[in-house]
Amino acid sequence: MQNEAILTMRGIVKQFPGTMALNDVDFTLRRGEIHALMGENGAGKSTLIKVLTGVYEKDDGAIWVEGGEAEAHIHSPQDAQNIGISTVYQEITLCPNLTVAENMFIGRTDGEVVHWREYEKRATAILENLGIPARAKQQLGSCSLAVQQMVAIGRAVDMQCKVLILDEPTSSLDDKEVAMLFKLMRELKARGVGIIFVTHFLEQVYEVCDRITVLRNGRLVGEYAIEELPQVELVAKMMGKDLNDLASLDQIGMKSAGTDEVVYQAEALSSSDSRPFDFRIRKGEVNGFTGLLGSGRSESVRAIFGADRVTGGKVRVKGKDVKITNPREAMKNGIGYLPEDRKRDGIIADLSVRENIILALQVMKGFFHPMTKAQMRQFADEYIEALQIKTASQDTLIKSLSGGNQQKVILARWLLTHPDYLILDEPTRGIDVGTKLEIQKLVLKLAKENMSVTFISSEIEEMLRTCSRLIVMRDRKIVGELTGEQLTQSYVMKTIAGGEQ
Amino acid sequence: MNGANNKRTRGREPLTDAQLLMTISIGIFVVMYALAMIFLGGGFLKVQQIFDLLNDNAALIIIACALTVVMIGGGINISVGGVISLTCMACAIFLNAHTGGLSIPLSVLLALGIGLGFGLMMGFLVSYLEIQPFIVSLAGMFLARGLTTMLSVNPVKVAHEGFLALVKAKIKIPWLGYVAQNGNLIPAKLEIGALIAICVVILMALMLRYMRFGRNIYALGGNRQSALMLGINIKSTCFWSYVLSGLLSGLAGYVFLMHKPAGNASVAMRSEMDAIAASIIGGTLLTGGVGNVIGTFFGVMILATIQKIIALSPLNASWWQEMASGAMLGFFIILQSVVLANRGKRRKNN
Repeated sequence: MQNEAILTMRGIVKQFPGTMALNDVDFTLRRGEIHALMGENGAGKSTLIKVLTGVYEKDDGAIWVEGGEAEAHIHSPQDAQNIGISTVYQEITLCPNLTVAENMFIGRTDGEVVHWREYEKRATAILENLGIPARAKQQLGSCSLAVQQMVAIGRAVDMQCKVLILDEPTSSLDDKEVAMLFKLMRELKARGVGIIFVTHFLEQVYEVCDRITVLRNGRLVGEYAIEELPQVELVAKMMGKDLNDLASLDQIGMKSAGTDEVVYQAEALSSSDSRPFDFRIRKGEVNGFTGLLGSGRSESVRAIFGADRVTGGKVRVKGKDVKITNPREAMKNGIGYLPEDRKRDGIIADLSVRENIILALQVMKGFFHPMTKAQMRQFADEYIEALQIKTASQDTLIKSLSGGNQQKVILARWLLTHPDYLILDEPTRGIDVGTKLEIQKLVLKLAKENMSVTFISSEIEEMLRTCSRLIVMRDRKIVGELTGEQLTQSYVMKTIAGGEQ
Repeated sequence: MNGANNKRTRGREPLTDAQLLMTISIGIFVVMYALAMIFLGGGFLKVQQIFDLLNDNAALIIIACALTVVMIGGGINISVGGVISLTCMACAIFLNAHTGGLSIPLSVLLALGIGLGFGLMMGFLVSYLEIQPFIVSLAGMFLARGLTTMLSVNPVKVAHEGFLALVKAKIKIPWLGYVAQNGNLIPAKLEIGALIAICVVILMALMLRYMRFGRNIYALGGNRQSALMLGINIKSTCFWSYVLSGLLSGLAGYVFLMHKPAGNASVAMRSEMDAIAASIIGGTLLTGGVGNVIGTFFGVMILATIQKIIALSPLNASWWQEMASGAMLGFFIILQSVVLANRGKRRKNN
């Protein structure tokens, strides 16, 4: 491996209204190197990539390509391509209805006439050269996703790219396909292409990468050679905790371990998006699912609520065998679910606060048994008061509320149905600290009142403060169940990172 | 994806979706026509029957091609029938008012100009202002029909002698003719309009296959976002596809006038719907990206044959014809989705 830099980014700043997405970030890519860009949600990975590919304009900082003296000016994806920066996204950006050969050449040829023979000859050469298992005349849509991705890489390589960005390329690939992709990446590396690899699979990083750059909250944490950064330290860096500090952090608040009665129990439950897992929760217990982004924690709770297509497993609610295949059945069995993506799955932006609050209860009652206006008003007032939702009135449209208050409205929606078991998926994401604390307190209070709660959060302290049992997931499998003494930051992180320590 | 699959470098490729759907529609046409020859005989045994189908449906073939081009790009243009009626009326009035030597070429330019105008206008609205193509072309349709009625409420018959000679002119091909009962050889007759329609089909097929513009239309319809990322100017591609379809509609209007030399507000009523049906039967997907004008040509021929068969059978009534066309369209759409879904399944198992 040579040490010559082919891409240097210095002091990159990018601001969005209200947030500093990138704050003085440096990044260096060397010839013939596979460089992982790591960070949790909101760390600034994708913003950095978008600045580099010209999707966003940077506010400050400079970019040099191939050690060049002149600064590179990148204002559009086209500019980026012209100076040799190509990107292959997770979603394929090719046309499935065209042939493999055409996808490699369309949009970058001169002349008005298409020379099919030449296309196919050159495409065949590229495919053979890179060992991509596809045929030039094949319709792209008939290839597997992995091969489609490799075709996109082939196109980039043929455009003489020096910097290849792979943005979460492995998310939808199976193990065999990942192996195929890695082989191609190593091949390109040997030819001197610099590859930026964005992924959230830790094992994959350690399998192919030479270097890691870690970002957190829009700031650079550091750049490390792969051999000097053990997996557990990488996790600590991504989550923003130094291992030595972790042990000293204490738990606050009164946690609730619940009674002996099991409210919900699942055996080998699986859905279209999650692998089979066992799970149970006792009455009045607060537990949590933790793991990195993409570890399958949200998918698991979605399976419990029947929000994804359930494909198998046995479920018992309060000792009775039941079948839960859709959210309505889950609600009838006393389960509530506050979704991870508030904007997409939670609020209905153009309805009022009141309408958003009564929605779940109305669904439970059925639409042929409407509540009276007076009832609705009473319920809405009750919960606006109880949760201290800051809104002008109950007729205010929910979209004009702040994120934290929107979240409280959704919470009110579920509390109104008086569930026995409430699942909160990232209830505190993107809301202010005060409201975060209120929600944590509320969770503990609900548990005291004998409600069972599953709490998911990216912030480990928050989980440690509220949960008496933590289920740790990695690569879509449950890898640990922590209780009592084990509930410390360092232990949780070690379990998340897994394997060698 | 396995090794064996990879080795088929030299062998024949499986058909693409577009080729598959087109092959199905050609197959259906051949079977249907063969059945008509066997059970109805008579006219269906003569080449003239096919020529008559072409003569009667020349304008429909052209607008169906115009629609196919737009539909491959993921759009729709339902103004084509309205543009036919407007060009017919405008050209009829023009030809009655001018009799000079240049009047016929000028009337052709008028027809193309009207089509071009509609194409430019709708292309601009759809591509650059990003308004729904269905709404834009619906407005275009109303505008064209309204202008037709404004030009004349009553039908206008063309009295221009030169043009009427053109209407009567037929290309005679003796060796495709047949011997009548009185022993005379009656040559097969093809109208000029039908010839133009065939030329349009061939030119459009070549354009879509071998020109950069044509391929860009496929990319646009296949995945708009991808087309953009692949470096295609999607706005201009979309724009010019509407301009082309407008131009072809104007041409279709002139061809229509050469078949029935009179302008009339109700001319080519609903023909846009027939054109859409023909495109779909010919293998164009409404979602864009897949389609072929050769298939569309056979789509028109299938609809025309159904019409003829019913006219010759004891069931002769317009509702039978509509029901048969509807059934054919439904059958074909179901067939398309079954075939494509099956392919999808196989793909996953690969």
